[in-house]
Amino acid sequence: MFIRLVYESFRRQRRRKFLAGAAVALGAAVATAMIAVATDIGDKVNRELRSYGANLVVYPQEDTLDVEAGGINLKPASEGAYLREADLPKIKGIFWRHNVVAFAPMLPLQAEVASAGGTEKVEILGTYFSKELTLGKERFTSSIRELHPWWKVAGAWPADDSGQVLVRTELAARLKLKPGDEFRIAGRAVRVAGLLDPGDSKTEAVVVPLALAQEIAERPGAMRRVLVGALTKPEDAFARRDPAGMSPAERDAWYCSPYANSIAFQLREAIPHSQAEQIRQVAQNEGAVLTRIEGLMLLLTLAALVASALAVSAAMTTAMLQRRREVGLMKALGAGNPAIAAVFLAESAILALAGGGIGLLAGMAMARQIGKSIFGSAIGFDPVLLPLVLGLAVLVTFAGSAAAIRRALRFDPVIVLRGDA
Amino acid sequence: MNPRRSMFLRMLLRSALVRPGRALTALAALAVAATVATAMLNLYTDAGAKLEREFRNYGANLVVIGSEGGELPEDALPRAERALGGRGMAVPFSYAIARTSDGSPVVVAGTDMARVRALNRWWSVTAWPSASGDALMGARAAQLLAPGGQPFDLLFQGRTLRVKPVGTLRTGSAEDSRIYLSMADFQAWTEAGISTIEVRAAGAPAEVEAAAQQLSAALPQAQVRPVRQILEAEAQVLGKTRSTILAAVAVILVTAALCVLATLTASVFDRRKDLAVMKALGASERLTNGFFLAEAAALGTAGAVIGFGLGVGAAAWIGRVNFHAPISPRLDVFPAVLAGSILLAVLSALIPISLLRHVQPAAILKGD
Repeated sequence: MFIRLVYESFRRQRRRKFLAGAAVALGAAVATAMIAVATDIGDKVNRELRSYGANLVVYPQEDTLDVEAGGINLKPASEGAYLREADLPKIKGIFWRHNVVAFAPMLPLQAEVASAGGTEKVEILGTYFSKELTLGKERFTSSIRELHPWWKVAGAWPADDSGQVLVRTELAARLKLKPGDEFRIAGRAVRVAGLLDPGDSKTEAVVVPLALAQEIAERPGAMRRVLVGALTKPEDAFARRDPAGMSPAERDAWYCSPYANSIAFQLREAIPHSQAEQIRQVAQNEGAVLTRIEGLMLLLTLAALVASALAVSAAMTTAMLQRRREVGLMKALGAGNPAIAAVFLAESAILALAGGGIGLLAGMAMARQIGKSIFGSAIGFDPVLLPLVLGLAVLVTFAGSAAAIRRALRFDPVIVLRGDA
Repeated sequence: MNPRRSMFLRMLLRSALVRPGRALTALAALAVAATVATAMLNLYTDAGAKLEREFRNYGANLVVIGSEGGELPEDALPRAERALGGRGMAVPFSYAIARTSDGSPVVVAGTDMARVRALNRWWSVTAWPSASGDALMGARAAQLLAPGGQPFDLLFQGRTLRVKPVGTLRTGSAEDSRIYLSMADFQAWTEAGISTIEVRAAGAPAEVEAAAQQLSAALPQAQVRPVRQILEAEAQVLGKTRSTILAAVAVILVTAALCVLATLTASVFDRRKDLAVMKALGASERLTNGFFLAEAAALGTAGAVIGFGLGVGAAAWIGRVNFHAPISPRLDVFPAVLAGSILLAVLSALIPISLLRHVQPAAILKGD
C-alpha cells in the first residue's frame, strides 16, 4: 500500500514532481559547481601565480658575495663556487617533485661581444631555453621560458644545442644587430635568434645556451645557481619552525607539507653542496594572495549553498502546501500522522536522490566549463562530492518538506477538504 | 480621497494584515534574495580593489633610473612624489661598490629605511637600523663580513666608513649580498647621488600606465621602466580571480532569483479564490491585475529595502573576515537591487494571472 501510494503519486502528478525535482537539481548543480570550483581554485591560482617567476633559488654553499647592482656584475667569473649541471635532474627526484612546475640553471659571466656595430664588455647569462632532461624513466623539460613568462622575444627562441643567442633590445640597438645576424662573443661566432625585452633592468644583456656559457667561462658542467618555481602552501607558524628542533612526527608532517621552506630543505638534500632558499618577494606574497582568494571563494560557496538550500526548501514547502487536501483525505480515511509523514518523506527522498544526481552531473559540467573558460584547464572531479552533495540534497529536501508536512498535519481534515484552509 | 482609490488601498493593506503569514513568507523570500544580491554585488565591485591591495605587497611596479646608467638629479625624489600625487610610494636607492679591509668587493646601498620597510614588506629583517652608522646586513654579507656582529670598516675611493651591523636582512635574492645604510650616511661617505627610484603606483594597469607617463614628464632626464614581471603577473591573476568571482556571483544570483520566482508564483496562485471573489463581485480585469501587480510591487520594494540593509551588513562581515578591512557599502548597487526585486515580484504575479485569465470564477470558487 505504502509503495503504491508513492508510486501513484509520481505517476499522476508528473508536472508537480518535475518542478520539485528541477528545483532540487538546480540547487544540487549550484552546490556541486561551487564546491568543485572552491576546492580547486587554490591549485589553479597557485599555477597562475607562477607567472611571478621562481619562488626558490638554489646556490652553492661556499659561495662568495654577489657583486651586482643595477644590472652590472663585478664578481669575477673565476671567483666563487659552482653547482654541477649533472645534479640538475635530481630536482625532479624530491618528495614534492610534482609541485616543481618550472626550473632553470643560471650561469652569469662577463665577456666581450663584437659586431660590425662595435665592441663592448657585457653581462652574459647561460641557461636552458627548453632542455629535455631525464631522471630514471621520467622525462621533463627545464626552461627559462616557462620560468619567466614575462620575457618578450622578437624573433625566435634559440635551441639549446646551437650557437644561437638572445640579445637585449638595448644592446642590439647599440651593436646594430637584428635576428639572423652573426656576431662574436669572446671570439666565438654566434647568431642572433631573437631580440629580448625582459621588462626589467637586472637581466643580462645576452642570454646564451648553458653549454656555450660554460665554454666561454671555461667551466665545463658548471652552473652558478638554479631558479625553481614550485607550487607551495601558504606559510604559517609551523612552516617557519626549524626542522632540526622538531620531534620525528612533527618533522614528518613538516617535510610532507609543500611549504616553501620544506621544498627548499628537500632541494638542499637533493643537490650536493648546495644551499636553497625561498625568494621572499615571490614566496611570501603568493601565500597572502592565495589565502585571500581561497577565503573569498569559501565564503562565496557558503552563500551559494545557502541560496540553493533556500531554493530547494522553498520549492518543497510550496509543493507540500498545495497537497493539503491529500493529507486531509488520508487523515479522514484514518491514517495516522507517522504513516502520512512517511509517505511524503519517502517521496521527498526519491526526489532528492533523482534531482541531486542530475544536479551533480550538471554541476560538474558547469565547474568544468568555468575552469576551461577562465583558467584554460578543466576542474577535476573529487569523488567525495558524490556522497556530500547527495547527502546535502536529501537533508535540505527533508528539512524543507518536514516543516510543511507538520503544518499540513495540523489542519483539521474537515476544513481542508471543504476548501477553506 | 477618491473612494475607489481608498478601497484599492484598503484592499492592499488588508491583504497584508489579515493573512500576515502569507505576506511574510513572500517578503522573506524577496528579502533573502535581495540580501544575497546586495552582498554579492558589493563584494564583486570591492573584491578587486581589496585583492589589488594584497598585490601591492609584491613591491615596486615601476623603476626610475638615470639615462645611460647615470645618476638621477638631486631633487628627483620630491619630483617623483609630486608626480604620483599620493597614488603610490617612491623609494630612493643608491649603489656603490666598496671594498672591505681585506680588499674583497661588496655592494653597499643607501636608502630610506622607513620607506623601504613599507614598500618591501617581504624583507625579513631582524632589526631595522635607526642611528647614524648603523647598517642593515644582507644575510650572506653578514655571514662573510661580520659573523660576530662586530663593527667593521668599508673603503670607497680612499674614504673609510666604520659601520655597525644592527640587523640582518633575508630576501633570497641579490639583497642578501648587500649592505644597506641610511641615505644620509651613504651620501656623506660616497658623495654619490640617487641611482634608482623604485615606485609602487597604485591602481589598475591603466592608472599605473598614467603614473609612468607623469613620472616621465616630471623627470625628463630619467628613464621610467615598468617592472613587467610584477605588472603582468598581477593582471593575469587578478583578471582570472575576478572572472571566477563573477561566474560564482552570477550563479548565486540566478539561483536566488529562481527561488523567489517559484515561491511568489505559488503564493499568488494560492490566492486564486480572492481573484475569483473579486471577479464575481464585478471587478474589471484591469482592477484585479492592478491589485495583484501593486501588491507585488509593494512587496518587491519592501524586500529590496530590507535586503539591501542586511546585504550591506553581510558584505561588511565578509570583508572583515577575509580581508581584515570592511567593504564600504555602495549605494549605487541599490537601484539595481530595487529594480531586480520589483521586476521579479511583478513577473511572478503576472505568470499566475495570465494562467487564470480564462478560468471562470465559478469554477475556482467551487474548488476545482
